[in-house]
Amino acid sequence: MPNFTINGISVDVPQGTTILEAAKTAGIEIPHYCYHPKLSVAGNCRMCLVEVEKFPKLQIACNTIVTDGMAVKTDSEKVKQAVTGVLEFLLIHHPIDCPICDQAGECGLQIYYMKYGLHKSRYAVEDKVHKKKVQDIGGQIILDAERCILCSRCIRFLQEVTGTGELEFFQRGDHSEISIFPGRPLDNRYTGNLADICPVGALTSKDFRFKCRVWLLRGARSICPGCANGCNVEAHFKEEILYRLKPRQNDEVNKTWMCDPGRLEYKKANEARLLTPVNRENGIPKAAPWEAALSSVAFRLWEMVEKHGPGSVAVIASPQFSNEELFLARKLADEVLRTPHLGFSLRTVGDGFADDFLIKADKNPNTRGAKLLGISEEKFDDIVQNVADGKIRALLVFGNGIADLSDAETGRLLANVPFVVQIATNEGAVSRAAHAILPSASFVERGGTFTNHAGRVQRFWMGFPPRGKARSAIEIITGLANRLGAGWKSGGEAQVFRAIAQSEAPFAGMSYESLGELGQTAGGKG
Amino acid sequence: MAIGIKKVARPRRMSMGETLYLLEIVKGLGVTMGHLLRNIVRQENIPTIEYPEVRRVMPPRFRGLHRLMKRPDGSPRCVACFCCSTACPAVCITIVAGESPDPKVEKYPVRFDIDMLRCIFCGLCVEACPCDAIRMDTGWFTPPENTREKLIYTIDMLLEK
Repeated sequence: MPNFTINGISVDVPQGTTILEAAKTAGIEIPHYCYHPKLSVAGNCRMCLVEVEKFPKLQIACNTIVTDGMAVKTDSEKVKQAVTGVLEFLLIHHPIDCPICDQAGECGLQIYYMKYGLHKSRYAVEDKVHKKKVQDIGGQIILDAERCILCSRCIRFLQEVTGTGELEFFQRGDHSEISIFPGRPLDNRYTGNLADICPVGALTSKDFRFKCRVWLLRGARSICPGCANGCNVEAHFKEEILYRLKPRQNDEVNKTWMCDPGRLEYKKANEARLLTPVNRENGIPKAAPWEAALSSVAFRLWEMVEKHGPGSVAVIASPQFSNEELFLARKLADEVLRTPHLGFSLRTVGDGFADDFLIKADKNPNTRGAKLLGISEEKFDDIVQNVADGKIRALLVFGNGIADLSDAETGRLLANVPFVVQIATNEGAVSRAAHAILPSASFVERGGTFTNHAGRVQRFWMGFPPRGKARSAIEIITGLANRLGAGWKSGGEAQVFRAIAQSEAPFAGMSYESLGELGQTAGGKG
Repeated sequence: MAIGIKKVARPRRMSMGETLYLLEIVKGLGVTMGHLLRNIVRQENIPTIEYPEVRRVMPPRFRGLHRLMKRPDGSPRCVACFCCSTACPAVCITIVAGESPDPKVEKYPVRFDIDMLRCIFCGLCVEACPCDAIRMDTGWFTPPENTREKLIYTIDMLLEK
């Protein structure tokens, strides 16, 4: 293990570590643009120059391996002058675009200019080389060649991660620019990452374009609800509107990437939301206060169980719900309603596209969790058969849809049930047929855990309280159970998770503290 | 130190002539007549301003109602950068940005509303603007209106001022 000193601090680092990575472990920041922890080292931005003792010239920290006894200085006058000089070069042809640039506020050039630059421009505005702006290069990306500092992160990403190589350098000297090959736009499902890794505003997101300024956004740590992979994300929102999802680093799951369809998952939290409890009286949906809605639903369920036996009630759970909510749903079905009909389906409407990287065919975030909690997938077809035969008198549906049934099929199926209750976030065929709708919070409006395809239990945090009159499903299920005489203690998701850890073998020994930010793998077969 | 006692001047006892008031009324009327005559002879010195026909000249740095500046072609100079609404302590500016039909402009405000009931006329929006698109040099106070909605100024109203 080589030992070296950086700014007088002595640090031990593993063999083969670069100065830049070693400095990070010592808590020293070295500015950089082209270096990215998940990409190969290019060494072309020259921002990370440091002074190494006995080296005649400054060295780039990103590509210099630490050797034993090395002495590095990052704060000497020589280094400061060099970094400011490099930054001045990078900014020579940069347009003064910040007011209309979506990157403003999280731009590498702005941040480092305030930290290392603060120089007067010595280059006349009219002498700047102009390049093509606002180019739609396919995928989710808009390219502005003028803003580019030619760090080549995007080129390396497309060569090393997706292997598609759509972007390349063209021209020479100060006319150098990145571009696609004529007539061959970006063609992969990971283009959104280009906007993330671009340190400046050259590659920006088409979807987020001009929607909101980044400094107005707040973030919540979350999990992408788009598929079973469970990519760690940061959900960015302003007030009650979600604006975008950005990947959060988790080397076990998604490294620093996420897919394009996943990036659009945020729309579910904004559009077609169910925001008030609804009771349908004589076919006319009417908004009802929570107390009345819960009481009338509980009464109808109790009535059915009393009149026709527990076998006349069925619960269709959904793998879109968190472990905590599914656990309570199972308890409601098993212990309170005592129905044998509890099942779920992982089938969803859509193409079920999957690849060998991040996108999984199963489009539910918590299928594995539902299985580990003992909710049966096999029983689902039974329940549907029973519903079609008219044996089910009351049906409690979790989620926006029923498996992969089309709207018309869902409507026909639910017409067989005298009383349908739905607990869901978005409108759909079920909410049009349901006799009572209990609106639940979206994934940024509540906390909980999802178990991904590999059995990794990962937390997501609440960003803001539920919109409208929606409530977290934990509250709704507890409210229903207590009105049916269960006498559950109402508590948050942390309390429910403690109960899961105590009674469910695969989750034994887990707690929110042990899950941390990155999650933990559940034991047992799923 | 002992508590100080403040001596308050009491009105002095009025003299016999004053208590009769007759002479005092004549004195008072004299002052009134003096002003009347002075205003008739030197009308330019009358301090009262006949608003709204006549308006007081505001000092050059007075912060009045906002206006949005135009480019030579008549489109708004504003590029919807949100700097003014970020700087605004009263949160009275609502902007919705959009893709401009002019590719050289790129970003323009689809909506730009100022809620004049919220505005505190601090001028921070003018300071924040990187494009000199918003100014407060109209010299007008907020006019009275009979509904709140009329005091939410839209982009068209602000461009006309």
